Amino acid sequence: MTTNPYIIDDPAGHDFRLNRETLVDPAVLTAEREQVFDQCWIYAGHESEVPNLGDFVTRDVAGRPVILTRDDGGDVRLLLNTCRHRGARVCRERDGNTKRFYCFYHGWSYGNDGSLVAVPGDDAYPDGFDRSKLGLIEAPRFENYRGFWFASFNRTVADLDTYLAGAKEYIDLVVDQSADGNMEIVSGIQEYDIAANWKLLVENSFDDYHLHSTHSTWLEYMKDSGVDIKVPKGLLLPKRGIGRDLGNGHAVIDNINFRGRPVATWISIYGEEAKPAVEAAKAELVARLGEDRAERVANTNRNLFVFPNLMINDGSSVTIRTFWPQAADRMQVTAWALGPVGESAIMRKVRLDSFLTFYGPGGLATPDDVEALEQVQAGLTSTVKEVPWSVMTRGIAKDGEQLNSDELHLRTFWRRWNTLMTGQTAAAEAAE
Amino acid sequence: MTVTREAVEDFLFHEAALLDAWDLDGWMALLTEDARYLIPPNDVPDGDPDTTLFIIADDIHRIRGRVKRLKSRDAHAEFPPSRTRRLITNVRILERGENDVTVAANFSVHRFRRGGKGGEYVGRYIYRLRIAEDGFRIAERRAILDAEELGGLGAVSFIL
Repeated sequence: MTTNPYIIDDPAGHDFRLNRETLVDPAVLTAEREQVFDQCWIYAGHESEVPNLGDFVTRDVAGRPVILTRDDGGDVRLLLNTCRHRGARVCRERDGNTKRFYCFYHGWSYGNDGSLVAVPGDDAYPDGFDRSKLGLIEAPRFENYRGFWFASFNRTVADLDTYLAGAKEYIDLVVDQSADGNMEIVSGIQEYDIAANWKLLVENSFDDYHLHSTHSTWLEYMKDSGVDIKVPKGLLLPKRGIGRDLGNGHAVIDNINFRGRPVATWISIYGEEAKPAVEAAKAELVARLGEDRAERVANTNRNLFVFPNLMINDGSSVTIRTFWPQAADRMQVTAWALGPVGESAIMRKVRLDSFLTFYGPGGLATPDDVEALEQVQAGLTSTVKEVPWSVMTRGIAKDGEQLNSDELHLRTFWRRWNTLMTGQTAAAEAAE
Repeated sequence: MTVTREAVEDFLFHEAALLDAWDLDGWMALLTEDARYLIPPNDVPDGDPDTTLFIIADDIHRIRGRVKRLKSRDAHAEFPPSRTRRLITNVRILERGENDVTVAANFSVHRFRRGGKGGEYVGRYIYRLRIAEDGFRIAERRAILDAEELGGLGAVSFIL
């Protein structure tokens, strides 16, 4: 384990440096599992994934195999996918609808609320064998905000509403795209690995400093599609955007839109036939929310980071992305598209098409992010003795607002992470 | 022209050779003016790109953009370009129309990068080939991966 501090954080001295061992050392990852992931609220799924009684999906949340289910009483639950008898997973399908989860090993079966309903040969068990105490174990805490369900394995964690702090305002901006406030996960999951430390994807997912160099081919494609990508003096992106600290380690980049957005701005690659639908979507927002709020929802875009491992990128489409470290130098990424329930067929088509231009393992941009993170990991892993520190001071000397291409939002993440890992109080940077 | 399995195989093997050689302009010349290139998500291999989030769902405009990107030095995921070797087998004609033919084939595409990176992309193609005077043109190619998730393959940054 490193003997240097994880971060050197001196806003007054305009210094912020990151100890590269935090991205390399397996002992840091072991500590993170307990001190970060097991202390926080972790995104588990969206209510739309289990719309009907008996619906379920299986996945890993905070490293545990879980079943996200809607039981016969209509309650959404998060059950640990491990039999109380010997431990086998009781559900191996990706998703489905069922009354029972059945462990094929010895035949114990559970209701879709996790209760133990049948044990073969239970007359051999002694007195005191109580089936009612042997249901599937649930996540100790499980709460939702506007349809986004989070689990915590810390029984004493603050309630989700308090935890989300300033992030709620930005989740609201995403959900306000829907006329009736209902959003849904669209069919089709993108699951891919990146051979890099998970914290590099936190940074990358809302680091607008890299856009012009890493994604020049995407910008070129946008330009060829009629989007104005000229960069005004003083900026690195075509339109202005800021980075904000939202409390509790959450942060956001909050940008004026310069590209197409299915809820607001038609661009030629959406096709002529989609133009009236995009205009109608904007008109619906104005009628429902008023000019100002509609403009805020439609013509600004945001990459919202919910500490420690959820990104909601509301840009050319809405991406929900979470990631989990398998090792210090490897992570699993899961990404979904989110859209309003009941949107028209043409709008859904535009939304998905717009998603794929930038995002995902076959997009015109994400593969270059994957490559960048893998190059970072390869570059720093075996040089950490010679090159122990990374520089992260963009914007730190500014008095007021910091841009999306500054690094306030990245430092916000690292400060919260450092507090959880070391107990040190985070330094305060100039207030907004 | 006569549509035989042998003719279809010759065409698919030719396409594979062009892609392995990174002759992307040569490959573009095999496409129709309204061609589509699709890779469904691993969990919904039979999905419809209008209602399901794909890995790739390109119309001809984005195919052109993708090729332009891949030919530049700034497609970082493919610079230097991966070495690939495509094994195309089990070619079958599924349906024969007046102007087009639907074809299935299995693929195993090996990708190599410096430092031992890369991977094996295994699956099947469904092609819709238009029959022209001088041979076939690709109207749609759908590459369906067999893996349950993309996982260690990471990205599909080259033309699969």
